[in-house]
Amino acid sequence: MSTDNSSQPNSLAGVAAARHREPGSAPLGSGLEARGVHAWFGSHHALEGVSLDFAAGTVTALIGPSGCGKSTFIRTLNRMHEFIPSAAMAGEVLLDGKDIYAPGTDVTKIRLQIGMVFQKPNPFPSMTIGENVLAGLKLAQIKSDRNKDELLEECLTRAGLWQEVKDRLGAHAGGLSGGQQQRLCIARSLAVNPKVLLMDEPCSALDPGSTLRIEDTISQLSKTMTIVIVTHNMQQAARVSDYTAFFLADGGPGQMVEVGPTNEMFSRPKDERTENYVSGRFG
Amino acid sequence: MTTTTIPHHETVYPKRPWKATKADLIPVFAALAVAALLDYAVVAITPMKGKLAYALLFFVFGAGFQMALKWKKLGRRAAVDSLAGSVAISGAVIAFVPVLSLLETTIVKGAKGLSLGFFIHDMSVANYQSPLSEGGVVQAIVGTLYLILIATAISLPLSLLTALYLTEIKGKASGFIQFLVQAMSGIPSVVAGIFIYSALLLTTSLRGSTIMAALALAILMIPTVTRTAQEVLLLVPADLREAGLALGATQWKTVATIVVPAARNGLITAVILGVARIAGETAPLLFTLGVSNKINWNPFSGGQSALPYYVWSGLGDGTELGIDRAWSGILVLLIVVLSLFATARIFGTRKVKIK
Repeated sequence: MSTDNSSQPNSLAGVAAARHREPGSAPLGSGLEARGVHAWFGSHHALEGVSLDFAAGTVTALIGPSGCGKSTFIRTLNRMHEFIPSAAMAGEVLLDGKDIYAPGTDVTKIRLQIGMVFQKPNPFPSMTIGENVLAGLKLAQIKSDRNKDELLEECLTRAGLWQEVKDRLGAHAGGLSGGQQQRLCIARSLAVNPKVLLMDEPCSALDPGSTLRIEDTISQLSKTMTIVIVTHNMQQAARVSDYTAFFLADGGPGQMVEVGPTNEMFSRPKDERTENYVSGRFG
Repeated sequence: MTTTTIPHHETVYPKRPWKATKADLIPVFAALAVAALLDYAVVAITPMKGKLAYALLFFVFGAGFQMALKWKKLGRRAAVDSLAGSVAISGAVIAFVPVLSLLETTIVKGAKGLSLGFFIHDMSVANYQSPLSEGGVVQAIVGTLYLILIATAISLPLSLLTALYLTEIKGKASGFIQFLVQAMSGIPSVVAGIFIYSALLLTTSLRGSTIMAALALAILMIPTVTRTAQEVLLLVPADLREAGLALGATQWKTVATIVVPAARNGLITAVILGVARIAGETAPLLFTLGVSNKINWNPFSGGQSALPYYVWSGLGDGTELGIDRAWSGILVLLIVVLSLFATARIFGTRKVKIK
């Protein structure tokens, strides 16, 4: 296989180049920044010294083989890491310039601003489709002055699900297909209007059609929010992201090997390990 | 020693910024101290008196101050969250106070009578007025262990098979059996004793013995173990059963080698709950146990003793020494049951670790 991926018509670099745009056009605040983030599970050092700046309005893909610390890293970004009893961390995560781990921070308000979509679709089983979308408002006790029906339609439209469910908003969410359920979960996280959306392998359990629809959704959303997506699918990273970060655990703790604009990461990565990974020779 | 060049890294230590720091805890404890003082003052100047008033007011003031602290720091949502936490803690404390009080009374009153003699002597040469070191519980300990062992040996296979019928085979009679199991769990324990008495002892020449009492106890144990085993087996993911069946296994092999081992810890809990149900039962023993004041190693004939029966007779005796015997008997029963549970847990978890 040639190392010059850009010469191949359907190469990842080609996909990434076609996708590339100038990010950060919308005034979204100053985004999210990780500074020297380490993570531990008990005495196991899972992640070492990751510093990564997520500019407002960009999509950043985190790629790397299983066990390299991508998911651990994304969970430190909205303080979900601390739910594991033995977990510890070091470093700072700045949202609009303020450390979300600073003493006296209201962690529920942080998670309200940094939403999350999980690997497995997890709509609330006791709620209808409509109730699921608006669940965040109820859970966070937000009194929205907006019309509920308008908000419902807007969130479902942004998540690319409105056309499919508009006639059955009162049905239970369990009756939807996996892809629809995942888009419902995206709609649910949009209703509270987060600044950042973290997605931990959101398409790994979905068919290609549903995956494409969610990728469309991500492209639409990136105009108004900052998105971080963990993915094992490098085509997906190339299609949806502005920046790509490559993680690797080489025997020791997971580290970020390299980060750069997605088209460069797939066409001329600086690190040999990145090149081996994106060209499919390893991992 | 040669000097090697090791790339220098600044050492980073793991931290838990989400845990409350000392600076966070000082106002919390200060608020609790103020709540305690206020509590004391209110009880002193108002007609409300007694331990209950102290406890109640402390919860109210304590929860109130914590709420106010959270409200000031993080707002209303955090204050409500803190209140819910306080209510949960209060509930746990309220539920545990009677348990701890019971335990304390039993240990304080029961420990007085414990001596080596109490553990190694039976009651064959002593009566309830003898000193506790001359007539003891050894025959009752043996009797209780026998009863627990035999009742478990009878009810565990029956319960496990019933639970497997209900969860794995899901036969046509499932609904009816489920109903029966639920109805059985409501049987008053004395009825189980009377049932064995009238069905087996009155109509035949058999006399009260360990096996008869164990049968009565098994009637009480079966519904508890069945219900719990059933819940535990239902928790085993259907994927595991399918994975076994998809490898070409028969249903019997799948259940025996995959489902039951996966539920092992829960099944041990089921047995422990069943033993807890019967270990302290006295009423079923009255009609079925016969009586013995010395060790009877033969479970099939002759009367037997048991710790709850010993306690009951001590109380019935009514004298000071009889009641002392009862307290010490309760403490010995607690120790026996707790050691059985501990053994079951150690035995159960060790097997899992070996895998």
